[in-house]
Amino acid sequence: MAATTERPQQKEQLGRSAWLWAQHLFVRLGVLPFLLFIAVVAFALMSDRFLGLQNLTNVARQSTYLAMVAMGQMLALLTGGFDLSVGTTVALTSVIGAMAMTAMIGAYPDAVVLSIAVGMLAGVAAGISIGIVNGIGVALFNVSPFMMTLGMASVGFGISLYLTGGVPVYGMPPEFGKALGFGHWLGIPVPIYVTVALALIMYVVLNWTRMGRYFYAIGGNLKASILSGINTRFYLFMAYVLCAALTAISGIMLTARLETGEANIGATMPLESIAACVIGGVSLRGGTGRLMNVVLGAIFINLVQNGMNLARIESYLQIVVIGILLIIAVVADQLRQRVMAKLRD
Amino acid sequence: MVDTVVQVSGALEDAGAPVLLAARRISKHFPGVVALDDVGLELRRGEVHVLFGENGAGKSTLISVIAGVHRPTSGSIEFRGQPIELNSVHQARQLGISAVFQEFSLVPQLTVEENLFLGAEPVAGGVLDKRTMRAKAREILDRLGFEIRPNARVAYLSRAEQQMVEIAKAFRGELSVLILDEPTASLTERESQLLFSLIEKIKALGAGIIYITHRLNEIRRIGDRITVLRDGRHIATLRVSEASETRLVELMTGRVIAQIFPKINFRPGERLLDVSNLTTVAGNVRQVSLNVRPGEIVGIAGLIGSGKSELARACFGAEPVASGEVVFAGERVTGATPRAMLNRGFFYIPSDRRAEGLVMMRGARENIALPSLSIRPFSQGWLLDRRGERERTTELARRLQLVPLNLERAVEQFSGGNQQKIRVAKALSREVRLFVFDEPTVGVDVGTRVAIYEFIRDLCEAGAAILLVSSELPEILNLSNRVYVMYRGSLRAELAGANITEDKVLSHFFEREAA
Repeated sequence: MAATTERPQQKEQLGRSAWLWAQHLFVRLGVLPFLLFIAVVAFALMSDRFLGLQNLTNVARQSTYLAMVAMGQMLALLTGGFDLSVGTTVALTSVIGAMAMTAMIGAYPDAVVLSIAVGMLAGVAAGISIGIVNGIGVALFNVSPFMMTLGMASVGFGISLYLTGGVPVYGMPPEFGKALGFGHWLGIPVPIYVTVALALIMYVVLNWTRMGRYFYAIGGNLKASILSGINTRFYLFMAYVLCAALTAISGIMLTARLETGEANIGATMPLESIAACVIGGVSLRGGTGRLMNVVLGAIFINLVQNGMNLARIESYLQIVVIGILLIIAVVADQLRQRVMAKLRD
Repeated sequence: MVDTVVQVSGALEDAGAPVLLAARRISKHFPGVVALDDVGLELRRGEVHVLFGENGAGKSTLISVIAGVHRPTSGSIEFRGQPIELNSVHQARQLGISAVFQEFSLVPQLTVEENLFLGAEPVAGGVLDKRTMRAKAREILDRLGFEIRPNARVAYLSRAEQQMVEIAKAFRGELSVLILDEPTASLTERESQLLFSLIEKIKALGAGIIYITHRLNEIRRIGDRITVLRDGRHIATLRVSEASETRLVELMTGRVIAQIFPKINFRPGERLLDVSNLTTVAGNVRQVSLNVRPGEIVGIAGLIGSGKSELARACFGAEPVASGEVVFAGERVTGATPRAMLNRGFFYIPSDRRAEGLVMMRGARENIALPSLSIRPFSQGWLLDRRGERERTTELARRLQLVPLNLERAVEQFSGGNQQKIRVAKALSREVRLFVFDEPTVGVDVGTRVAIYEFIRDLCEAGAAILLVSSELPEILNLSNRVYVMYRGSLRAELAGANITEDKVLSHFFEREAA
């Protein structure tokens, strides 16, 4: 073997090592940096407004809603499951938050701040309750996450429609929307602050607490985790509760932006949040994934949507593109596994 | 040298029966492990050829190669005098080479006939020809004398009946070579007798059988020739008539044991673990009582499936307990969670590192720290102390000579021996009073094996109690202060001191013919 490797020409060796280096980069970073690069170059060529500060701030703000949900979705994916009820969680949070807020401001027209606080709490509590039910089903009764969260998606959506009769909930104090939906501080939209704060908390949870470490371990090898003395049921439960909490906060922020409570918002969230995670390199088999890449994945999806808007691509076609991107990401992940296995030999 | 002579003379004497299948100079390398090293095997028509050897000797790998599961790294296979190249199990089956592994390849939700013809369903005009299928299934089952309904769901069959279906599958086409991997491991006595008479029938049909077993009486009952493997190498091929039990065990375990096993000074203290009349819910452990003291190594010997591993797991809280009592350090802990047991200083190191021991895609550091994240120096209060974690895990990895010493590398990228070291390091990450080693050296090369034994000695001499669960006899014989022998779920014997001899353990280990 030694004799054969000594001979090949230098050029060939150089080419091979560059190819090997690219493979290593692919394995390390995943598909996202490549996709991001392609998207930025393509849209910058199609529209000169794309790279403007105004537009990029816009993309950042639009990305926050998905980023929050994707961070939650990431927790479910890390433990080896997923959460299909995030869309419903957003809707239920929005509807119940808005209804509580409207009722409160109706009863006490002067207590604006209190009404907003009560509404937000009610909304988040409603959202988290979906996570609690999901968690109980998955962790305690071993229902597959697919069925559990799919079932809850139907339950939550039904409740939202039932409560509103399918009509948007109006009558929230305008200060709510002004502060959380359209507010700026030092020239930066408020949702961005909220998302950054949540991302920081999530970073600490995932990297500096036992809970975060256990999420990875449980998704990586459930049996080994049990034998290592981890209370796997509790942490599985917590994954779904935290997922719902992050999603509910997103729902509140979205409600503030829309200034109405609606049962129909969040319909695209399950797909887009899973897409953001997978594009960000979170394994569907559980156990691997980085928070930063998930946030980038969410930004990427919004970047593509924004770019397509600027390039005047029809909105129905945009849905097609998002689906294709998701599939490309999954295929790339498979490819990555294969390259990884090959490099190991 | 002598072994080769035996092989040659055997071949000459029986030259009458033609060679059906010959595996020549087969080697198989897995990352980090040489599973087979230049092994040969000849199977004749109408012969039951027994493969004999310790766990990890390469028996399973050899039959996987012959059955088309794995491709050999080098070497060739000849079938009826023609060299063949097997790329898949399916292809091997089409040639008439079928294997019945311990893990069945049946779809439990389908019926017997559907399983029999899975992948080769008779079709008429584009749709399934169910009538032909039923008729053929019945014909096969009748020919073999199996009393199973073709339309029964496999999930509802007993283990023995499922095995019959698996065997019947081999008769779908023309059967030439049947491979049976420890077929009696989970069969009752009566079911085993049925299997033996079936094997006689198959022999009479002119097929060859490769048969893996640990049970000496089975070898005598049905075997014609025996090939002994050890550490992936061919040791000897001999006829059953010239193979005495002692000779076989000698061939099987015949390494220079003095060099591998360290000398251990036992200083047993007061009882630490006290188990009385333990029975598991699954019934694979029945009425077992034992005790372990600090400063000694207690071995649990027995065949695979004898319940020795389940016994240790039940004590650790990883297997539901139906009745009986577990007392650890004077405290009743029957049915406690693994977490509670870990906190009391009871550490169980599982046998299958891939399935249960390690989180393969995470780094070595995270794996080593996993059982100890709730204590110092791994965490302080709510937060992990990542610096303390890094220092402690690095220290452990150094001590165990992890190669490469890169703690962020994913565990799956380490060699088998180094994965084993990571597993051991896990156990050292916290204070432990009793270690359970469940098959600590399966699939590990001799060098790492020695390191692990020395490590177990150090732990024991430092005052830890050690429970060693192992199917490898030499390990039990050379390391244990006392030995319990399990047989089909219950305790057969307790041996201590000078009584721990190969003969005495074996007499409980194997099912012998009544002399």
